[in-house]
Amino acid sequence: MKRLKLTIRSVAGAALFGIVLGGSVAIAADGEQLLTSQCAGCHNLTGPAPATLQALRDRKGPDLFYAGNKYKAAWVEQWLQKPQSIRPAGMFYGAHIKPGPKGDEIDAATLTQHPALKADEAQAVTAALMQRKAGSELIAPGAYTPGTISLSTGEMMFDKFRGCLACHEIEPGYGGRSGPEVYTAGARLQEDYLISYLRSPQAWDPKTFMPNKHLSGADLQKFVHYMRLLSEEGQP
Amino acid sequence: MNAYRLLGAGIGCAALLWAAAASATEKPEDNYRTYCVQCHGLQGDGKGINVRDMSVQPRDHTDAKEMAARSDEDLFKAIKEGGVAINKSMLMPGWADVLSDEEIRGLVAYLRELCQCTHGK
Repeated sequence: MKRLKLTIRSVAGAALFGIVLGGSVAIAADGEQLLTSQCAGCHNLTGPAPATLQALRDRKGPDLFYAGNKYKAAWVEQWLQKPQSIRPAGMFYGAHIKPGPKGDEIDAATLTQHPALKADEAQAVTAALMQRKAGSELIAPGAYTPGTISLSTGEMMFDKFRGCLACHEIEPGYGGRSGPEVYTAGARLQEDYLISYLRSPQAWDPKTFMPNKHLSGADLQKFVHYMRLLSEEGQP
Repeated sequence: MNAYRLLGAGIGCAALLWAAAASATEKPEDNYRTYCVQCHGLQGDGKGINVRDMSVQPRDHTDAKEMAARSDEDLFKAIKEGGVAINKSMLMPGWADVLSDEEIRGLVAYLRELCQCTHGK
């Protein structure tokens, strides 16, 4: 009798486990299905990163095969529901500029809007994206140690000492426009990824037009403090 | 057995081709349009998309007088190690991690085409 009870309990347990597992698989499958059917046209979901300039120029959106190592899940889920441009001149600036009377201008007509997802779709796609963890060998978990920096010191490093402002905006409408905006980077990107990417952008993206600034370990930490501070400042 | 050998040779060739593509030397104009135009502009006149808030404006590569004042060695050094290496602005980064020496030499030659000048002339 005891044995029968145990068996019944085991079967019930297994069935419950199956339902839970089935549920989570169903969510993951939806996200995965959405990714491959809706996103693969513009995003590389499997790698590798562009190895030629032609491939770099043809890239329409950020590579996502290491999204789980790069992005903060909460940010991705929100952004997918209300997408806004992060790169003022598009993914490859060269495809979205034209000569103007005072110099090169962004050719806004060539920029496209990212489609918005519904809340449940955004949740499922985010879960599927977080599973994509190529490049883990480039990341040292815990490489970033939370710390503080003043806004003025951070800006001085970012602009005067290292020249990063040349290509990146530190507030809307102020800074360079070929690279992604930096004032949302702290909310958008995982800190340990930032440390790794800033140490060597080319390790992640060999043909990228972001130069390697050969930052020291201490400077890497300070840059991430600064990006986190900029994101906090930008919060409503 | 022969089929396996053929398959093996095919995979070997594909791997070699892929490796060749990964380390391909790009054309100078393509490198310029990818790495330099963001600051130096589509027409090489120093009026790129990034210059709006720069404290030091990028070099106008079509300015024969300014460009003739730089030796090929200085241009090579500035591209490879950055502006600071030739006592110029740190806003000009070094590109050694992206471009091979051969590609940088190609860019120096391309700059000479843009300025229609040589060192001293």
